[in-house]
Formats: sequence, structure tokens, C-alpha cells
Amino acid sequence: MSPQPHQDPAPPVPADPPHAEVIRTRDLTLHYGAVRALNGITLGIPRHRVTSFIGPSGCGKSSLLRCFNRMNDLIDNVRIAGHCEVEGEDVLGRDVDVIGLRKRVGMVFQRSNPFPRSIHENIAYALRIHGIRDRAAVEETVERSLRAAALWDEVKDRLDESALRLSGGQQQRLCIARAIAIRPQILLMDEPASALDPTATTRIEELILELRRDYTIVIVTHNMQQATRISDFTAFFYLGELVEFGTSAQVFTHPAHRQTEDYVTGRFG
Amino acid sequence: MRDHGFPSPGRPSSAASALGIATTGLATALILVLLAVILGTVVLQGWPALSWRFVSTVPRRDFFDPQSAAVLPMIIGTTTRILLMTVFVMPVGVITAVYLSEYARADSPYTHAVRVAIGNLAGVPSIVFGLFGLGFFINFLGRNLDRLAGTSGPHWGQPSLLWASLTLAVMTLPVVIVATEEALRATPTGLREASLALGATKLETILCIVLPQALPGILTGGILAVSRAAGEVAPILFTGAAYYMASLPQKPTDQFMDLGYHTYILATQSPNIERTRPILFATVLVLLALTFSLNAVAILVRARLRRTGRDIA
Repeated sequence: MSPQPHQDPAPPVPADPPHAEVIRTRDLTLHYGAVRALNGITLGIPRHRVTSFIGPSGCGKSSLLRCFNRMNDLIDNVRIAGHCEVEGEDVLGRDVDVIGLRKRVGMVFQRSNPFPRSIHENIAYALRIHGIRDRAAVEETVERSLRAAALWDEVKDRLDESALRLSGGQQQRLCIARAIAIRPQILLMDEPASALDPTATTRIEELILELRRDYTIVIVTHNMQQATRISDFTAFFYLGELVEFGTSAQVFTHPAHRQTEDYVTGRFG
Repeated sequence: MRDHGFPSPGRPSSAASALGIATTGLATALILVLLAVILGTVVLQGWPALSWRFVSTVPRRDFFDPQSAAVLPMIIGTTTRILLMTVFVMPVGVITAVYLSEYARADSPYTHAVRVAIGNLAGVPSIVFGLFGLGFFINFLGRNLDRLAGTSGPHWGQPSLLWASLTLAVMTLPVVIVATEEALRATPTGLREASLALGATKLETILCIVLPQALPGILTGGILAVSRAAGEVAPILFTGAAYYMASLPQKPTDQFMDLGYHTYILATQSPNIERTRPILFATVLVLLALTFSLNAVAILVRARLRRTGRDIA
């Protein structure tokens, strides 16, 4: 990995309107042992927009998402080559402040994973690990985050109840509240609604559109309609390659590649 | 044995199935009968000799004589050595398990060696632990402590509650390690990821998320260790148990009387076996009651933890 100036252009991001890119990758390649999961991904993710990663299972979407906050560190035998920058800073190097990176890049997982504690404690824990212990500040942030996650009205009278008593959709919104409590700039979502019923899914989608104003959101989804409904940009992956990246309107209505067209029209996948 | 009692698809055989159910049911019933016989004998024979005086006083004269026999010092000795052992074994066992399952590289020869050692430690006969305690704790550690402290007589270098408890802790270490490791492994990956993705360090994640989640399983390890250690006599024979002491132990370096060892003494050393028999059974009954109640406390604590884990913070 030789440090190079960032002058070479990212793949054809439509210039209307021009957005600053918060995340940039260049020639990013990822192996699990001998298996190559990502091959030479070059991509720029615009600020304060929703970007969808779509593609059939095993195409590398989640692996790429997990590069942005170094969650691949948890897996043995992962080798990553190439460049990945968040806010212009390299995130793949050995001496990267991973804690600081994860504070800036929050994550919501496919299976909602609230801690088996109270609703309040789920958010207070996130604050505590970043040194926020002051009672008033904690209370204020708990309310702000739950409001932002559209959960406050449903739980304000039972903040001390176990988070596990919430419904699946509520648990997922709590996880979103927990992620945004520490004020990240970017929110990574790995199929956040795939385990939820249609009503809960709609609520999550509305929430994502709401959060778009304050956060850059990257979402992995298997749901084409969802990608069209909520995302400004869409990247289509196939077998570890980035096949196409553009505005969602373009990718879904006038795809430039045959594979993309086949996939978004449901002919394979 | 070809038939194992499970109906297999394509080969339905109700006779084999019935046989399987009967066999497994009988085996289960046998265990229940055995337990009932043991408990029944102990309770029936021991109950008449049991009295408040028996469990609440120190034997002043002949402890083979039902008139003057009493087991308070043994109750205190056994309880203390078990509690002390728990204090020693739990932290060491849990920390070892955390290292093995969270930090150690699974494929390193060192980790492999540690695992082999734990497995072997679990298979060592308890009398060998007794001899180890005598050789290492008393003759080596104790005597050197005495030399360093410059005491005139042996203070550390003699059998005591402390050394007996440490010996038992070494013996029960594998149980705690294995149970804790299992509990740590059972902690959902999602919880770890949630914590790490928020920017928590690995240590914060282990201390605040993983260990609390694993606590019921860790307590199970503690319960198993207590059960194993409560009835053991061999490891404490050379390391702390006394045949007779006129007074209760005052400090960890004192020797102690023990219910298990006392049972052995009553069964083998009595000048009049028939006369001693009721108090022998009464002593066994007290030992069983003590073991059960120690376990019951731990199980109640664990049940409470599980409930809180589910319901409230």
C-alpha cells in the first residue's frame, strides 16, 4: 500500500448534485483465508445521503461494510489490501485508532442485538464507554436518541424495563438509538429490517429517511423496493466485484450493465 | 445394541421403540431408587441421634459417645474450608477461562498445552492433590514463609485451613475453568459486536457485557466446585484436617475438624462401633444437609440472576 494523493477519480458518481465523499475505497481487496470476498473495489460514498449496497448473498456487501468500521478485525484469517478512507483518514492501517473510528462510524446489525439490560442502560452504556457519566447529560442524550429513533413515545414510561421485552422492530430502533447516541457521522446498516415484519420495516425505512439529514447512511439490503424507496445511491455487487454504482434512479431504471438489469428486475439473485 | 430407542425413518418398529423406552426408563428409575436408599438410610438411622445440642456444641469429652458427641467444630471447619476455597478458585478459574476463550490464540502450542494441563488436572486422584498440598504449600511455601518471617516454631509450615482450602482450590480449578469457558462461548456474538461497534474496548466488552451474561454459567461452575470439594477428605488429610481440637479455629493458619474426616474417624476408630453408629449417621446427615444448603444458596442466586437478566437491568 503506497500512499498516493487522492486525485484519481472515484467511479462515475453522477455529478448532479456534487457531494463530498465521506468514505472512499480504492482497489480494496479482501480475502477470508484463501477465498476472495472483495476484488478491487473502488467507491466513493457521498455525505448525508443514503447509499444502498445490493447484490446476491455472498457478493461481499457486508464484508465491505465491515471494512468501514474495522469489524472484520473480529474475524480470523482476514486479509485486506488496498485503500479505505473515512473522512480522508486511512482506516486500514495498523495504528489506526479503532475506538475513535467506531465512535464516528456507528453500526446497526441484521439481528437486533440490544444488551439484556434496561432500555435506559442500553444507551447509557454507549455513553459511559466514551466517558459521559454526568447524569443530566446522560438523561438528555437518552431522550434525544430515543426521539431521533422514533421510539421515545413508546418507551418513555418504561425506560427501566428490560430491552428484551420490546418487540423486534422496537429492539431494532433501540439499537439505532444506541448507535446515534454517541453522535457518529456515518451509520452502517447491515440488513437492518430483514428480520422484521412489514409494519416494523416501514417504520425503520421512515426513520432512515429522517436520519439522512444528519448522517451519512450506508445500508446493505436484499430488498430492491427498499433500496429504491430509501436510497439516493445504489451500488450493485456481484461475486466480490462492484458492477455498477450510481444514483438509485439510474441503477434501477437505466442500468448500464446487463448483470445489474437482470438482478434488479429479479431475473436472478 | 442396534436399537437405541429412537424411531428411525423408514424403519418403524414399535417393539424396539417400547424396548428403548423401557430400558432408559429403568436406568432412570434405578438412579432414583439408589438415591432414595442412600438418603433414606442416612435419614432414618441418623435422625434419632440428631439434636440441637449435637449440632451447636463443641464435644468436650469422648466424641464416640452419643451422650457427649457434637459436631459444631466440624460444621464450622467444613463450611470455612469450602468458602475459603471458593474465594481462591473463582477468581483464578474465571480469569484463566477469560484468557483462554477471549485472548489466547486457539492454534498456539501454548494454549494447547494449557488445555492439556487442565484436562490432566481434572483427572488427578484427590489423594495426589493432598500430597501435592503437603509438599508444595506446607513443606515448601509454608516453611519458607516461616524462615522469612523468622518465627521460632512452625506457623505457616504446618497443616491449616489456609493450605487445605488452597489444595481444594487447585483440585476444583478445572471444573471452574471449563464451566466458565462454556458460558463465555455461549454468549451471543451479536452482543460482543454491539459493544465493540459502539467503540468499546475488548476489555470493556468482556467486563461489562460478556461476563455479566456468562455469570449464571460461571456460578454453575462454582456450584460444581463446591459439590466436589464439600465431600472430599483425601486432599485435606495431610493439609489441614485434625483428629481432635479442643477449641474452634481462630485464624486461617489453624487446623480444623472436618465433617467428612470425622465420619471416617467415627466409622473406623470407635472403641464401640454399635454405640457410635447413630452419631456416625447423624454426622453424615449433617454433612449432606450442609452440602445441599450450600448448593441451594448458589442455585437460588443463579436463578435470581437469570430472572434479572431477562426482566430488568
